[in-house]
Amino acid sequence: MKKQAPAERIKNFKEVAFGMSQEEALKEASRCLVCKDARCSAKCPVEIDIPRFINAIKNKEFDDAIKTIKEKNNLPGVCGRVCPQEDRCEGACILNKKGNPINIGALERFAADWGLKNASRVTRHASRTKGTKVAVIGSGPAGLTCAGDIAKLGYIVTVFEALHAEGGVLVYGIPEFRLPKNIVKKEVEYLESLGVVFKGNFIVGKTITLKELFEQGYKAVFIGTGAGLPNFMNISGENLNRVYSSNELLTRVNLMKAYLFPEYDTPINIGKKIAVVGGGNTAMDSARVCLRLGAEKVYIVYRRSEKEMPARKEEIENTKEEGIEFMTLALPKKILGDGKGFVKGVECIKMELGEPDSSGRRRPIPVPCSEFILDADTVIMAVGQSPNPVFLRATPELKTGKWDKIEIDNETQSTNIQGVYAGGDATSGDDTVIAAMGSGKRAARAIDNYLKNRL
Amino acid sequence: MFKILINKKIAPAIYKMELEAPFVAQKAMAGQFVMVRIDENGERIPLTIAGRGEKTIAIVYQTVGVTTQRLTEKKAGEYLLDVVGPLGHATDVKKIGTVCCIGGGVGIAELYPVVKAYSEAGNRVIVIIGARNKELVIFKDELKKTSHEMFITTDDGTEGEKGFVSDALKRLMAKGEKIDLVYAVGPAVMMKVVSDLTKPAGIMTMVSLNTVLVDGTGMCGSCRIEVGEETKFACVDGPEFDGHKVNFNELMVRQGLFKEQEKHACKIKGVLQG
Repeated sequence: MKKQAPAERIKNFKEVAFGMSQEEALKEASRCLVCKDARCSAKCPVEIDIPRFINAIKNKEFDDAIKTIKEKNNLPGVCGRVCPQEDRCEGACILNKKGNPINIGALERFAADWGLKNASRVTRHASRTKGTKVAVIGSGPAGLTCAGDIAKLGYIVTVFEALHAEGGVLVYGIPEFRLPKNIVKKEVEYLESLGVVFKGNFIVGKTITLKELFEQGYKAVFIGTGAGLPNFMNISGENLNRVYSSNELLTRVNLMKAYLFPEYDTPINIGKKIAVVGGGNTAMDSARVCLRLGAEKVYIVYRRSEKEMPARKEEIENTKEEGIEFMTLALPKKILGDGKGFVKGVECIKMELGEPDSSGRRRPIPVPCSEFILDADTVIMAVGQSPNPVFLRATPELKTGKWDKIEIDNETQSTNIQGVYAGGDATSGDDTVIAAMGSGKRAARAIDNYLKNRL
Repeated sequence: MFKILINKKIAPAIYKMELEAPFVAQKAMAGQFVMVRIDENGERIPLTIAGRGEKTIAIVYQTVGVTTQRLTEKKAGEYLLDVVGPLGHATDVKKIGTVCCIGGGVGIAELYPVVKAYSEAGNRVIVIIGARNKELVIFKDELKKTSHEMFITTDDGTEGEKGFVSDALKRLMAKGEKIDLVYAVGPAVMMKVVSDLTKPAGIMTMVSLNTVLVDGTGMCGSCRIEVGEETKFACVDGPEFDGHKVNFNELMVRQGLFKEQEKHACKIKGVLQG
């Protein structure tokens, strides 16, 4: 797939990857063996019939291709861009045995983009359980998936969103150059065409409570409130100016469009030398955003080695191509101030890898007396987050476990409260878009079963 | 979309806006705030709820930058694109005896619902409000009506006593007035001085912090502040904290993070900074 050249793309926020041309898509699709017991589909959390949609592309039946995907996946344009297919369908592809799997992600994106361009519509499924209302809290990937699936089953779905825009992490977290906001908007419009109603500026737990939702006639509720409070490292100097959580940096830039300041009113204040702490996709996104905002030097500071980084390979490659320096096996110990409340540097210590820990990755151990000072005037903390506390604190009857994650049944996503289901990062802590979508799908199925048995 | 019913100047550079926001109005309690965005290009800013009707809320703002200046240009009958809330914890209002409520500058407006709530809960409420000059003393009548005793201070002495709210508080304390709780809202430096006064006297002091916010819903961490050697998030843990534990110096530095950007935007857009 063609991409914007690194020297060019670091000067703009436009999408990096261009997507496949029709020719490229046809050529790629023709490689597919259309396996009977397809291993790729079995690995897809939203259960797309992958061989069928690829076969449709092969036959130039692009409308069939996108309709096949949409039978199962409500957000194809999103998934075609940000799903880590290499760990899922592409990893399972039989051709991967020779290291050359079908580029399923790019084909999904091709079909999705074709659908958007040619206004492919799936008509609403026949209403079967008319009048039954279901509430979805949060319009991130878990909530959108759940809402779409429930709407397809004929229920009346309302999605409550705390922010002013729908999409959750898809709009505040993932940068424009990786996932254009217009794509998210179009997918939300698709859900609206299925009958889903969105209520923005509505924060469940504050504007309305869970109990009140049931009083208003909602018969089941899905909680997809996502990850909330950003984690910090609890080291000295973290509250200095120009120390940001990745959430703040990304929200300012993506949701509030600070990269267009002062045309847009929201500012961002970063310096020239940036240290991004973390090794996940969010760290890569933060580093690349800073570069595009005009930073001269950007470091990724990560305590393990590159091999252990949780970020997608593709994103690590993109990040490196853009000239971001990887400072691996280094752990920040304190952030140094300039005496006026701003960052002046980061004291780090070198690490080495020991025995594998509970995550199966080799545990990083500090090398004694190896402290060094990284010259940086801005620090971005991309070290994970905990579930959003607003809803949880307003809903003490909801059972939570370790790190405030909502406790659920893994098969049905049901919580300890009857008729209440949960998914996404509110239950898992910190996972991928597709994992959240899978949970939304399981919940939709369980909600349907629950309501069918009750009605 | 949220309809503006009233938007009027109540003092130099201070405006009061009444909005239709039925869902927020139903739930709003003293001490809580809303996040407001004017239009598509707007930023999200926090504004404390200064009053509420059945379907309406009131907010009071001072023109300090682009967004607040743009707010003044909105007319009754027009709309704000986004209003969400009520956010933050409500003031923990109980009957505890004598409560001294202190407001400075535009914080006086934010004090009003708190004074009302403490009075209604059966407390004796002493109000101290301070402003630069007479014209900036707002909510005087409302506060007088809802409190038992009231003191006004102005920097230039044009109304009430010449001096600061802390001078009035000092005198009350010296007089031997038994105060069970001090509640302060206003500029960070005012809240710091008040907290420094009450700490040695062992008077419990709550302050309402005005940190920088982006989402206001516990997501960005912009509002973090050291309280008792622990980092707290003002939007979801506050906005009210024990004034004796707040690191006010950190608060003041953090409030200045976007000063240069704000200046730049004001200059480009021809906005005079208050």
